[in-house]
Amino acid sequence: MSVTLFSLLSGLVFGLGLIVSGMADPAKVLGFLDLAGRWDPSLAFVMGGAIAVGVVPFALARRRTASFLHQTMRLPTARYVDRRLIGGSVLFGMGWGIAGFCPGAGVVALGMGELKAAVFVLAMLAGMGILELLDRRSATLQAA
Amino acid sequence: MSIDWNSFTPGSALTGGVLIGIAAAMFVLLNGRVAGISGILSGLLQPAKGDRAWRLAFILGLLAAPAAYLLAGPFPRPRIDVGWGALVLAGLLVGIGTRYGSGCTSGHGVCGLSRLSPRSLAATAAFMAGGFVTVFVTRHLLGI
Repeated sequence: MSVTLFSLLSGLVFGLGLIVSGMADPAKVLGFLDLAGRWDPSLAFVMGGAIAVGVVPFALARRRTASFLHQTMRLPTARYVDRRLIGGSVLFGMGWGIAGFCPGAGVVALGMGELKAAVFVLAMLAGMGILELLDRRSATLQAA
Repeated sequence: MSIDWNSFTPGSALTGGVLIGIAAAMFVLLNGRVAGISGILSGLLQPAKGDRAWRLAFILGLLAAPAAYLLAGPFPRPRIDVGWGALVLAGLLVGIGTRYGSGCTSGHGVCGLSRLSPRSLAATAAFMAGGFVTVFVTRHLLGI
C-alpha cells in the first residue's frame, strides 16, 4: 500500500519539478536544443540540479539489497553500449527535437488539459506498443 | 551561438531540477526502482505482471502535478507550436526510441547519470545529439 502511495508522491513531485523547471514547456525545450539560434541554456541546470541531488541517494541505494520499504532493489545492471541503445536514443532525441516533449513532460502537459499533449502521448504509447509487438515477434521467431 | 538572456531562467530550472532529483531519490530509496518514465509507461502496455498499481500511481502523480501546482498559483501554459502531424511523428519516434534505447531523459538522463552509469551517459549523449541536430535541421535548414 505504502509502495503505491509513495509512487504517487514521487510522480507528483517529479511532475512539479518538470513544471517549475520549464521542461514541460516545449517552446522552452526547443530553445535549449537550438544551439545555432538564440540559445537558452536554462535546461542544463535542470539536469545539473537533479543529478547533484541524486548522486548520494543512488550511491546509498546501490549498497542496499532492499529499499527502506522492504522492496527488492532493482537497479539496472547492464553496462554495455550497443547499437540498440544508441540508435534508440537518437530516435528519441529526434522526436524530442521535433515537438519538444520528452515522455514525462508530455504526460504532465496532458494533465494541464492540453489536447496537443494528448495526441503526443497517444502517439508515444502507440510507438511503445509497436516496438513491444516487434520484440515479441522476434522473440517468437528465435524460439521457433 | 548567441545566448537568449531574456529567456534564461537558471533559478527556476535549478529549483525544478532539485525537485526532480528529490522525486527520483525518494523513488529509488523507498520503492527500489529507477524513476524512468518511459519504462514505467511501457510496463503498463505489457501483460499484467502484478505491478500495475505503482506504475499507475506514478503516472497519476504526474497527471495531478498541474492541479497541485494550482495551490501556489496558475501554472505556466505549455507553448506547443508544432502541428498535429509533427506531434504524431514526434510521439511515435519518442515511443519507439525510448523503448529501443531502454530509457529517456528521466531514466538515462537523471537516474542513470546519478548512478554514474556509462551506458546512460552514452544514451544521454545520443539523445541530446539527436535533439540538437533535429532542431538545427528543422529551424535552420528547412526553416520550419
